[in-house]
Amino acid sequence: MIATKRAADTAIILIVLLLMWQALHQLVGATALPGPVPTLAYFAKLVPSGRFAENAWATLVCFFYALILSYGIGLAIGLWMGIHRLSGAVGEPILISLYTLPKVTLYPVVLLIFGLSLSGRVTFGAMHGVLPVALLTMGAIRNIPPVYLKSARTLHLSRWQTILTVLFPATLPEVVAGLRIGFTLTLLGVLLAEMFAAKQGLGFLIINAMQLLQAEEMMAVAVVLFAFAALANALLLWIEHRLHRRV
Amino acid sequence: MTARDEDVHASLSGVTRVYPGAAGTPPVHALGPIDLELKRGEFFAVVGPSGCGKSTLLEVLAGLQQPTAGTVTFEGRPVSGKVSDGIGVVFQEDASFPWLTVWDNAAFGLRRNGVAAAEIRRRVDDALAFMGLTDFARAYPAQLSGGMRQRVCISRTLVLQPRLILLDEPFGALDAQTRLLMGDEVLRLWRRTGATILLITHALDEAAMLADRIGAMSARPGRFLDIVVTGWPRERDSKIVSEAGFAEITGRLWDNLRGESMKSLGHSGVMAG
Amino acid sequence: MSRVGWIRIAVLVIAIGLLELCCRVGLIDHRVVIPPSQMADALIRLLISGEANDQIVRTFGIVVIAALISVVAGFALGLVIHALPRVRQSLDPFFATYYAVPIFIFYPMLIVIFGLSVIPIMLMGVATAIVAMIIATLNGLDRVPQVLTKVARVHRMGTIATALLLKLPAAAPHLFTGVKLAVSYAFIGVIASEFILAPAGLGRVISDAYSDFNNRQMYALMLLLIIVATAVNMALHVVDQRWAERRGIAKL
Repeated sequence: MIATKRAADTAIILIVLLLMWQALHQLVGATALPGPVPTLAYFAKLVPSGRFAENAWATLVCFFYALILSYGIGLAIGLWMGIHRLSGAVGEPILISLYTLPKVTLYPVVLLIFGLSLSGRVTFGAMHGVLPVALLTMGAIRNIPPVYLKSARTLHLSRWQTILTVLFPATLPEVVAGLRIGFTLTLLGVLLAEMFAAKQGLGFLIINAMQLLQAEEMMAVAVVLFAFAALANALLLWIEHRLHRRV
Repeated sequence: MTARDEDVHASLSGVTRVYPGAAGTPPVHALGPIDLELKRGEFFAVVGPSGCGKSTLLEVLAGLQQPTAGTVTFEGRPVSGKVSDGIGVVFQEDASFPWLTVWDNAAFGLRRNGVAAAEIRRRVDDALAFMGLTDFARAYPAQLSGGMRQRVCISRTLVLQPRLILLDEPFGALDAQTRLLMGDEVLRLWRRTGATILLITHALDEAAMLADRIGAMSARPGRFLDIVVTGWPRERDSKIVSEAGFAEITGRLWDNLRGESMKSLGHSGVMAG
Repeated sequence: MSRVGWIRIAVLVIAIGLLELCCRVGLIDHRVVIPPSQMADALIRLLISGEANDQIVRTFGIVVIAALISVVAGFALGLVIHALPRVRQSLDPFFATYYAVPIFIFYPMLIVIFGLSVIPIMLMGVATAIVAMIIATLNGLDRVPQVLTKVARVHRMGTIATALLLKLPAAAPHLFTGVKLAVSYAFIGVIASEFILAPAGLGRVISDAYSDFNNRQMYALMLLLIIVATAVNMALHVVDQRWAERRGIAKL
């Protein structure tokens, strides 16, 4: 079965990564890069400690707000630009340019406006996530086969019926792809904000640990984030595939 | 050839369709003027070269497009803006909804129009059985072949019990043998429902085989060059291709259309030899 | 220029104009954002004085080298992986998840290992860009029509000749998309790293200017980064589009 093969492949990759990690650790030394086992041991100590829970919660809250903004604003922009052809034609290159721009360049402006507050980090996270959601939603609407709309008219559907029962399911797979990428980038934005200038959050923990030369803590937190991001992405990808399989 | 008034099911008179050009380009005179009277219950085919406006004619008749000039009527009433009740359309492209099963696809139009559940079930099962899709009721269109997907689209139209069925090159994407079989299907459909049928096709033999009357359209802007009456009996099928009159009909159509087809290909319409 | 193009320019001009107006009128505090005209002025002066030239050259230099390494190594790896289908299959989940992980979380680790130098920054640039190039290479090689390989065998061409004369040109549009992505990701990787922590470079200077409340310096360099990154990305995008059009024709 394809599913078990994929699972086996994933397991193999994880094992190879672990081996590479161990090898690198032996090459570079424990103070620079702790190995998998000590990291795990440290992790077991760290999680129950208040410090981890506090900062993880801070990141989660920030990420949650940023995600709502990314999705909400992104979907709205994408819908408008998809339906209103002229706006789409005018705005698409602008959005694409913004997408490829290293937005971290604009972070100081965000800081100047919001200071070291939650709003600033939320805004920065949303700045990253909004663009893929908008671009892919716009693309999804543009890619609706015109024959669907013609069919809706021949079947005497009202405007609302057309939107709910035809346009929505037709665009869903591509919109979900946008939401998945938006998820990833929003998380990235939030973490970057925390790493650059913040007093809380998991990004801050990593930088803090670096300044205190606590390699084990750095590694442990990084691995946690890695696992969270990978799993969330796998879940969203699974949803996306289920939607696509019918198409 | 005009018919008595009560017999006229749908008509186009003096219909033209001009598409306004995009900024900087001249408008496109796609169709007309067209005069056509469809008799109730007849099978009418339209053939013509690519780009001659056949699809435009169908969409104007359906109410999907407004004519630039002229009037369109269906069952005595003018057609405008929206698709009239009683008209069914099957398009050239695959219009089956990939997120619904075959059964749900067929039931789609009925559900939205507030028909009772028991009646929906009856009509859908009936239509799927008629189109030979009963075994695939739970499958998704992505799992079916192109021909079967078109049958799903036809089922979706059938359940609404249309009195006028418009088919826009529904078999264009299928291979030759499948097309012949689908032609037989359409004839069965026609006899079963008693509907008036307008079929657009670029295949002369298909038109000659299926229709009572065939309109040969010129290159753009499309006008009727000739209307050929086949005189076939109602009970016919694809075996008719071997009848004596068949070659004569396709010959006459080709005489009309040869020059027009070359025009649409970019030739001046006259070739040496 | 098309009507849409003119409208776009108008939108941008109006947006910048509005910003300028709000700053001048005092709606936007000048300690937060300075008027665009002052940003441009500060940038021109900075470029003329040559104060920041070291940093500019350093940062863009790292980006270019990181992009080059990513493109070349990415292409080579892509070639190898493409030739080993079983390996490619196993790596599939890895490629699918690679860009889902915020790899900057490993940047501090790199600093601890390699010290606060150009190396971790270069590594981050390459790490961000190389996988995009590998994926694009794989896609490009996939798209080489089977029939071309058969044509090569009919003409009795060797492996290298087939690769250079047939596969490479056939895959070229996709490869170029990979280059475009590699460049833009290298930018992101290097600049973000410099912002987080770096001994020198544009990102470092901008963040220092922020800490020193030196808005003119900060905005001047931000403007430079934005202009260069946008110009480069747009140029690559335009070329990519042209090749894509040609690709459409070639498919016939």
